[in-house]
Amino acid sequence: MALIQETDYGTPLRIAETMVTLEIDGRSVTVPAGTSIMRAAVGLGIQVPKLCATDSVEPFGSCRLCLVEIEGRRGTPASCTTPVESGLKVHTSSPKLSRMRRGMMELYISDHPLDCLTCGANGNCELQDMAGVVGLREVRYGYDGANHLKSEKDQSNPYFTFDASKCIVCSRCVRACEEVQGTFALTIQGRGFASVVSAGGKDFLDSECVSCGACVQACPTATLMEKSVLEKGQGEHSVITTCAYCGVGCTFKAEMQGNEVVRMVPFKDGMANHGHSCVKGRFSWGYATHKDRILKPMLRAKITDPWREVTWEEAIGHAASEFKRIQAKFGRESIGGITSSRCTDEETYLVQKMIRAAFGNNNVDTCARVCHSPTGYGLKTTLGTSAGTQHFDSVEHADVIMVIGANPTDAHPVFASHMKRRLREGARLIVVDPRRIDLVKTPHVKADYHLPLRPGANVAVINAMAHVVVTEGLVDEPYVRERCDIAAFDAWRKFVAEERNSPEAVEEVTGVPAADLRAAARLYATGRNAAIYYGLGVTEHSQGSTMVMGMANLAMATGNFGKLGAGVNPLRGQNNVQGSCDMGSFPHEFSGYRHVSDDAVRHSFEQAWQVPLQSDPGLRISNMIDAAIDGTFKGIYIQGEDIVQSDPNTKHLTAGMAAMECVVVQDLFLNETASYAHVFLPGSSFLEKDGTFINAERRIGRVRKAIPPKAGLADWEITVKLSEALGYPMPYQHPSEIMDEIARLTPTFAGVSYELLDRVGSVQWPCNEKAPMGTPVMHIGGFVRGKGRFMITEFIPTDERTTDRYPLVLTTGRILSQYNVGAQTRRTENNVWHSEDVLEIHPFDAENRGINEHDLVALTSRAGEITLRAHISERMQPGVVYTTFHHAVTGANVVTTEFSDWATSCPEYKVTAVQVRPAKKLSEWQQHYQETRKQTTQIMSETHGD
Amino acid sequence: MQTETMVHNANQIALFFASYPHDEALAGVTDHLQKFWERRMRQQLLEYVDHGGHGLHELVLEAAKKIRPAA
Repeated sequence: MALIQETDYGTPLRIAETMVTLEIDGRSVTVPAGTSIMRAAVGLGIQVPKLCATDSVEPFGSCRLCLVEIEGRRGTPASCTTPVESGLKVHTSSPKLSRMRRGMMELYISDHPLDCLTCGANGNCELQDMAGVVGLREVRYGYDGANHLKSEKDQSNPYFTFDASKCIVCSRCVRACEEVQGTFALTIQGRGFASVVSAGGKDFLDSECVSCGACVQACPTATLMEKSVLEKGQGEHSVITTCAYCGVGCTFKAEMQGNEVVRMVPFKDGMANHGHSCVKGRFSWGYATHKDRILKPMLRAKITDPWREVTWEEAIGHAASEFKRIQAKFGRESIGGITSSRCTDEETYLVQKMIRAAFGNNNVDTCARVCHSPTGYGLKTTLGTSAGTQHFDSVEHADVIMVIGANPTDAHPVFASHMKRRLREGARLIVVDPRRIDLVKTPHVKADYHLPLRPGANVAVINAMAHVVVTEGLVDEPYVRERCDIAAFDAWRKFVAEERNSPEAVEEVTGVPAADLRAAARLYATGRNAAIYYGLGVTEHSQGSTMVMGMANLAMATGNFGKLGAGVNPLRGQNNVQGSCDMGSFPHEFSGYRHVSDDAVRHSFEQAWQVPLQSDPGLRISNMIDAAIDGTFKGIYIQGEDIVQSDPNTKHLTAGMAAMECVVVQDLFLNETASYAHVFLPGSSFLEKDGTFINAERRIGRVRKAIPPKAGLADWEITVKLSEALGYPMPYQHPSEIMDEIARLTPTFAGVSYELLDRVGSVQWPCNEKAPMGTPVMHIGGFVRGKGRFMITEFIPTDERTTDRYPLVLTTGRILSQYNVGAQTRRTENNVWHSEDVLEIHPFDAENRGINEHDLVALTSRAGEITLRAHISERMQPGVVYTTFHHAVTGANVVTTEFSDWATSCPEYKVTAVQVRPAKKLSEWQQHYQETRKQTTQIMSETHGD
Repeated sequence: MQTETMVHNANQIALFFASYPHDEALAGVTDHLQKFWERRMRQQLLEYVDHGGHGLHELVLEAAKKIRPAA
């Protein structure tokens, strides 16, 4: 293995139908029209010297190093800003060019510290490289003139430093912030010699910077530098892998020194991120080596006992014997398990296999239960497959983008940057969200329409949009006639055309001005390629599945499936939540979304696994908890999921957990669920194993082992051992063998193998004989189910109603710097941005209650009460409050209720009737939590002490 | 599962399918209960129906007859 140095082509790729042939240094090259001479030269292996150019940003032409000569033309144009022309004869080197370049370098170096040997960028500095390339041997101007060498170093950001003394003001960072990230946090302040890069605020931490790392990556010197590199030095080898945070699934190079990660750098060939990153993937990987990692298996008889460290054999043997004992006493269906959306496909596949084959039941579920299960149900019902329809790059072809119930700049930041780039190019934007999320108005992006609906009114809004489409003659009739079930369409058309579904009729319920809703519907239907992107603001409702079907109806009616720039696209939450669903983690489905009652499918698994399988659906997570309280469910194996923190109605959930006789938790940390566990099996981070993740665009990407498992075993190996102890051996030697089995048994994965993934990088399922290189856009030419099926989506208000006692609606969500339950990000420096969950409340509601900024407030619902700090924000609409669930101590889910989606039991996190009042102390639940948490996490051992 | 929750969940399914003509709606509710409700949940529903099925949507009551295992 070596350090992977990607080629910098200097300027971005151009795509054009016309090709241009020219000659550079006597060699002929043909490139797309619009390509720069610099990039064309790189195609011939000629690296024209450069400093201000890099292929992630548009050319700028300021450094004057990349000058070239063109026969028949005067002057020395910059090769980065000069596009190719047919027949040009270009020379990239000559005595004159050498003199000019050396002169430029003299000027740069005359105002640059000469500390190369001790500089953090030593060995990875373009300025240093260019000094060598141009043959700089002296600086005639000396070093005593006016300079910036004493400029103060900004170390405020926890992950990188800004050392202005090393800045050459090439503006690569500024342009990366604008063009790649789209935040526009950086600028060049001052003029001429006084020009400096500025983050606007008093320092980087105080600025609009979102710490995506684009500027650090673009910097050609040590000006913007990772603190980890400053501390440890440059990596000596790289491992290409996939990020373990959100569902964007960015590809990274883990740059390593032996078994230590030096930095994570976004990989340019990553098809989901194209070399971009966010603060989490780029910088927040320190949790993998955090001192809180549990590295030895542990047991305890009661959850009030301290943990006792044991051997793997003892822990696995105890778990297996307990599961067997429970089944012998309470029946085969008395145990179950939960697969992890943070683990690999191979690992989730193994867990569901062990449950179905070794436990002998279908009591398996996964975290998608509480996020995108309605996506699976709704899209399968209407289109025939349980996944988003497009690849991320499709957004580049969208003319209208409708974002519903998603906050991509926080939750899917790398895709948000991609989307914002398209919006800056002129795509129109509709935002449907109760909150004024950042995307509504952000630098150079402004939504054409923001429909600030009341939480719970999604279906009324989508029906009203469909009403406009149907009654104003905006249906794509030929498309519908050719592609869809006409009887179902006619019934749907009749339904949505009813006056009660008009924007005017539902205005009181939705809170959305009818005129805006009509205008937005017209824009969506007539704006050529219209794409819907949505998040948990769609799914986490009592009508989550209905809303997914409603969006599919609207897209079908307007012909927005089966082409670039369109589709219905879930922005999935966790890194492998798509994969965990694909792998058969639901209690009613095998891998590839095939129901357990399908005899032919079940027999294929029985034959492969050599064991009879159940044809009846098993329990969902919420059903397992109910059954535990009822006394019929007694044991559970939970791999990498913290249901006690993430799932709703904490008191109900913990009552169920406490009622079980054997809870086995496999995780990196003693998470909240582990407080109710009897067996703890130390898991492995994404850096410690091989496997695959599948992102929101169905892209299967490799996860590669960069370091050995810190606790000795990868998660898949733990499941293999547990299954063997249960009497069902699964003798895999490597995760590739598991993927081979998945491919054999799952038609949509038939063509997938590690060999293919290693060869091409990644593929999107379906990947099989019909689509050997995968399927970026689905439903081209026809829907997977045959004819698209319109579903009638009657708006049925949630039973969670506001009352005089609970007059406000709480909606919960995520923020940029923390991830899900925070188990990973809370163990990083990200806490500097978000150290506690706060309650966002509109000024009107705050004033009515005598609440000031940062006051402690009690948040009460019929399920429970917590206290947290108030943040007064006009992003909220009056009557709606918002918080996050990233910090266990807050207990946000103490307040949420058991109401859930009618079809999938996905909890209704987005609508909880609450009251808010000033408070002086923590809630009873929080006090109890603080008292008991210490006890339930106590470890008794030689290393940890008692 | 608490009885109240069970009744609520079953009725929510019925309310979705109630938009369809009766036979289609009944088939939808029946299919959903069979494909997504675990045996214990179906059993709880049937026992509740045996005790009068108070508060259950008409479609759930009809579907219950169809999902009842043969004696």
